[in-house]
Amino acid sequence: METVTRSTPPPVLERSEVFLIGSLRVEGLEASYGGRQILKGITMDIPAGAVTAVIGPSGCGKSTFVRCLNRLHEVVPGARVSGRVLLEGQDIYAPGVDPVVVRRRIGMVFQRPNPFPTMTIYQNVAAGLRVNGWDRRRTAEAVERSLRMAALWDEVKDRLHQPATGLSGGQQQRLCIARALAVEPDVLLMDEPTSALDPVSTLKIEELLIELRQRFTLVVVTHNMQQAARVADRTAFLLDGELVEFGPTAELFTMPRDRRTEDYITGRFG
Amino acid sequence: MNAEARRLRWRRLASALALAGAAASTALALVPLISTVYFVLTRGLPALNLAFLTQLPRPVGETGGGVANAIVGSLVVVGLASLVSVPIGVGAGIYLSEFGRNRLGSLVRFVADVLTGVPSIVVGIFIYITVVLTMKRFSALAGGLALAVIMVPVVTRTTEEMLRLVPVTLREAGLALGAPYWRVVTGIVLRSARGGIITGIMLAIARVAGETAPLLLTSLSNNFWHRGITDQIATLPVIIFSYATTPYEDLNAKAWAASLVLLAMVLTMSLLARLFTGGRRVVWRR
Repeated sequence: METVTRSTPPPVLERSEVFLIGSLRVEGLEASYGGRQILKGITMDIPAGAVTAVIGPSGCGKSTFVRCLNRLHEVVPGARVSGRVLLEGQDIYAPGVDPVVVRRRIGMVFQRPNPFPTMTIYQNVAAGLRVNGWDRRRTAEAVERSLRMAALWDEVKDRLHQPATGLSGGQQQRLCIARALAVEPDVLLMDEPTSALDPVSTLKIEELLIELRQRFTLVVVTHNMQQAARVADRTAFLLDGELVEFGPTAELFTMPRDRRTEDYITGRFG
Repeated sequence: MNAEARRLRWRRLASALALAGAAASTALALVPLISTVYFVLTRGLPALNLAFLTQLPRPVGETGGGVANAIVGSLVVVGLASLVSVPIGVGAGIYLSEFGRNRLGSLVRFVADVLTGVPSIVVGIFIYITVVLTMKRFSALAGGLALAVIMVPVVTRTTEEMLRLVPVTLREAGLALGAPYWRVVTGIVLRSARGGIITGIMLAIARVAGETAPLLLTSLSNNFWHRGITDQIATLPVIIFSYATTPYEDLNAKAWAASLVLLAMVLTMSLLARLFTGGRRVVWRR
């Protein structure tokens, strides 16, 4: 991992310490939706350059949790967030921080593949670049680079200008990953990225995760414990909006410290 | 015959009766539609020729001549109406769909729905008082404004409905790419709903192209090429109205032919509208 010596200072805070690119720290994160509290004070360090899995039964708040990490939760009417999320030591919820800037650095892939239906494969990957005013040549390079990173290039290079909706579900999801990677984020959040996919596509995405972790901080929500065990360096177990346990994946699955974790991973509930 | 079989027979009979009833209703519903098209075609076609489409009207009593000025006039007035109403309607639709989850939004929505139901003659009187009397003349502009007033609420609500059909996941995907909200709306939401919005506009145009009452009070008519948009202008519906109410057979026949032309124009718009949605149906409210 390289350490940060960034030439451009961050937009809000002066940086006094040195942080790893893409390191996240969550402090006392609470979130509610329509008056119902979903996250009840979560504090954890998400290491840079690793895969962190978030597991837990349905409705435990894992989706809300990752949606708070790129300030997407607050977009929904009736949603509230409090607490701090520090990206490289800098609170993304500090007053004056533009959520748009946050989301350029913290990308997201959703549960169901959601390519833009009116756009071609190429346009989909380039969608986030046009916004940032990239020129044609740089965009073309970034599109190819992103599609290669998402392990999709060989499958689509001859039909870049065909509609994205013609791809299979698994390809569409990798397209969405390429689209998120194209804007060069440092953190990539994934909300159950394989839950709508068949086993072969799932395997491809998991392989991709393991490859990508060298370059990005990855946070993967999954309801599939085997998936967490396969891809994650560290795993967090959420239950009822609380962080029950968080540690190295192997440890969490083999010698959980909390009784509830043990019950969950042995399949006693959830 | 046991009870089971009797019941089955009764059910089959009931089913056949219900089917026959539904089919008969459908046939009845189609009678006025088909007969309208049939009459317009059979009465209109004989009077339709190239001169009818390209020449100016002749004085009463003379045969020949055409309604070229009214065809152009209809295009001008409807064009003016679209020029005014499409930007306003689409803009308001975007507001309602993206930012209208509040009291102002509900109010605008309610007003738009009420406006949609206002009889077109009332719109005509409104423009007559506000525009025609102020300018002290009937004009194409006044006609266009009257049709625009009718179109705006329709375009607004169609745009809103179409934008609402764009799934939340697409908006979130755009936001997650670090796009500002206005870019998400213009680049992704509007783009995804483009076909539906264009269809809505086309249908609104097709609808107002046949409006007569408001035009009688605003753009009136004339027998010549129009001289600018601040002048009276002939339009197909008004020509049809005035020709059909004369006692002259020749003019009556011309009214049928003009109806045919108008019908063809409106049908073309509707067909084009379908093209843009790839045959998908769009809710049409009015």
